[in-house]
Amino acid sequence: MAEAPSTDRDDTPAHSTAAGMTASAAEEWFVREVLPLEAALMQFLQHNWRNKSDIADLRQEVYVQVYDAALKQIPDRAKPFVFKTARNLLINRVRQLQIIPIEAAVDVTALDTAVDVPGPEQTAVVRDELRRLQTALDHLPPRCREAVVLGRIQGLSGREVAARMGISEQAVSVYLINGIRALVNEVYGASSDRKVTS
Amino acid sequence: MSGERDNAHSATDIEVQAADWLQREHFWDWSAGDQTALESWLAESSAHRVAYLRMKSGFARTERLVALRTPEKGEGRPLWPGFLGLAASVAAIAVLSVAGALYLSRGSASSEARYTTPIGGHELVRLADGSQIELNTDTALRLSMEDGRRIARLERGEAYFQITHDEAHPFVVETAGHRVTDLGTQFSVRDEPGRMEVILVEGRARIDSASAQDQKESAVLVPGDLAVATIDSMAIRKETARDIANALGWRHDLLIFHDTTLADAAASLNRYNRNKLVIEGPAAARLTINGTFGTHDVEFFARMAQSLFRLHASNNGTTITISR
Repeated sequence: MAEAPSTDRDDTPAHSTAAGMTASAAEEWFVREVLPLEAALMQFLQHNWRNKSDIADLRQEVYVQVYDAALKQIPDRAKPFVFKTARNLLINRVRQLQIIPIEAAVDVTALDTAVDVPGPEQTAVVRDELRRLQTALDHLPPRCREAVVLGRIQGLSGREVAARMGISEQAVSVYLINGIRALVNEVYGASSDRKVTS
Repeated sequence: MSGERDNAHSATDIEVQAADWLQREHFWDWSAGDQTALESWLAESSAHRVAYLRMKSGFARTERLVALRTPEKGEGRPLWPGFLGLAASVAAIAVLSVAGALYLSRGSASSEARYTTPIGGHELVRLADGSQIELNTDTALRLSMEDGRRIARLERGEAYFQITHDEAHPFVVETAGHRVTDLGTQFSVRDEPGRMEVILVEGRARIDSASAQDQKESAVLVPGDLAVATIDSMAIRKETARDIANALGWRHDLLIFHDTTLADAAASLNRYNRNKLVIEGPAAARLTINGTFGTHDVEFFARMAQSLFRLHASNNGTTITISR
């Protein structure tokens, strides 16, 4: 983040550099337009890529490329841009693997579906988000769940959670890290594949 | 692109680190030094930054869980106000439809626009009525409003139409000698010298010979139909969903070959590229391949043909010659 000059107490935001502006605009765009597409993106990746252990890396790579592109110029429309990036990434990965009948990995019919069909109704997603979060919370291991409930729901600090649970602060951190990751993945709708594997 | 592959850490490792920063920031004492450390971690790579943004935004949405809070337990510190702001911005998901807003305001009597793509080009045109037209390589399309009809003249090339049906304002695609009238549809039209191809994907459309009044031929196409119309004939055949998807691969900048001869594959690639492939000799031309290629993958195609069939390839910058 660009530092605002300390003497400047104007209400107008201090733009110390043009680059700083672009970066925060790109971040804001990424959070607002790209992250909500994650469930559809994950579905697309899972449908079109055999090796499930690659999916998290592929998703990250799509995000990196999309974000880097947005730093230069924010794309007009997020969804086609994200899926185009994902598709190109899959094609390039296949190419690196040097497998020739590429159809085996990239199903063009599915590409059509993923790009053209609108994602799940957003209002419905919001409506049952609490229910899904609650389910995800219930699936956490008991101690991890307790730490998350005390910290995130009851609003205790990490130190207070440690005291309440009678465990070390490091252990609280580990529980919180795992709990946050599980809940966040639930929020983005990536939980369906987890249920299948466990 | 810089930092395209960051294999030093897997996505999962980075996700754990991002979650760690977040919990430290929110549940423990947070100093200016911690903030500096976080910022330098974020600056290390875009992978760190996107993972952190994702985690932070997702964590904000778990704010919803506070609804489950039980009042009898001891209250801790209040929740951070910042969470609510982020959650609100995530809910506002509406995809920007910055319509490259076009012409065809329905009232106006005459308006006209012409769109072209160069060799290798691929453009999406969005019309004010909600219709969309995708232009493939080396295509010219003229749009106009005439007598309440929406007219698209395909002067050359290929286009994919997704038309918002409007009984009062029929959408008509014309090529030399032929006309396709939308009856609520998605279809592609490809114009070649002396020949027009229409693939109907969704809905229905009517195809007419526009010029030959005497022996006017007309047919209604249904999904899966491929119509080939020449000056004096029209033939319709059923295509499989897979063949149609393959034929429309260009919409994803892909060419899909299925038992395709090298000669035909080269001809397809040549539509999209200035660097032309030439397959020399019947023996090489008859070899068949399966696979998916980017429309611009001439060099990759040549390398593959070379290694797969042990052919020779030479590239002089404007032509790649493949031979035994």
